[in-house]
Amino acid sequence: MAKHGTARDDRNVGDLRTVRGKSEMPSAASSRADALDRLIHERLRLGIVSALAVNDSLSFSDLKKLMNTTDGNLSVHARKLEEAEYISCTKSFEGRMPKTQYRLTPAGRRALERYLDHMEALIRATRER
Amino acid sequence: MASVTPLHRAPAPEPPALHARAMDNLAFIRDTMEAAGAFTAVSGWGMVAVGTIATVAAVIASSRHSAVESVYVWLAAAVLATVTMLWAIVHKARQARMPLLSGPGRKFVLSFSPPMFVGALITIVLYRAGLPATIPGMWLLLYGTAVVAGGAFSVKIVPVMGICFMLAGTLALFTPTSWNDWIMAAAFGGLHIGFGIPIARRHGG
Repeated sequence: MAKHGTARDDRNVGDLRTVRGKSEMPSAASSRADALDRLIHERLRLGIVSALAVNDSLSFSDLKKLMNTTDGNLSVHARKLEEAEYISCTKSFEGRMPKTQYRLTPAGRRALERYLDHMEALIRATRER
Repeated sequence: MASVTPLHRAPAPEPPALHARAMDNLAFIRDTMEAAGAFTAVSGWGMVAVGTIATVAAVIASSRHSAVESVYVWLAAAVLATVTMLWAIVHKARQARMPLLSGPGRKFVLSFSPPMFVGALITIVLYRAGLPATIPGMWLLLYGTAVVAGGAFSVKIVPVMGICFMLAGTLALFTPTSWNDWIMAAAFGGLHIGFGIPIARRHGG
């Protein structure tokens, strides 16, 4: 798996605007794209939220392994999700080793569900065109 | 003579269609969930329902006078339990928006099915051979085998449950046949309910 990129990968949202500018997007899909949750649209953050959606909790190292990313990248993106209260973070010690555990909050789960709805609506709108 | 380089660059490729990117995002979410490995299409609440059906079947089967009649009761319960479990699995996968037969789901089915098929065949053979009393033990062993094999692609608790079924099957084969219905009740009833509740609570329903 390719390493997940940096915060610059927020470009995905920019891509959607570009496409809309070229009138490639049907109007229904256009309004959907406007409502996209930019916070979880970024790949690594989307990955974190998706992985936590099917786990009670995951440690920092679990997520790092799963997302195949670096410590720095993961902590930057995890912090953004934490600030939005999409995930919660618990720090503890296992012996002398610090352990960071992440959980998806109800707000995070709702955000993922909304995002899935948006993606499905985009696909539907394109097919109906 | 020096080569001529065109001033105009080739036009940049068109960005991928929006719906293609949306599908790609959905595939990414699904792949991540599968890789995260804690999702199981096995429905915990479905298992609780199956356990309840098995407990009722055990009570009815214990009131029968012959092993053959008990086997009929258990067969009827098996059909009802299978339908219930399939419905629960489909419902859970739909709720989680997970495709049923992709990735781990497909592997689970491919590993789970062969021992169940063998179990169905051996049931016919043992019935014809006049050995209905050995059927419950064989069912438990092969069901446990199927759960262990399928559970290798699911959450850890699933293969553990399979091992418990195999132990119950071993017990049923080497204890008096009068114990069969109670061992079946403890395994198909108790184990399904006992493992179903934590699976439902921890692994999405």
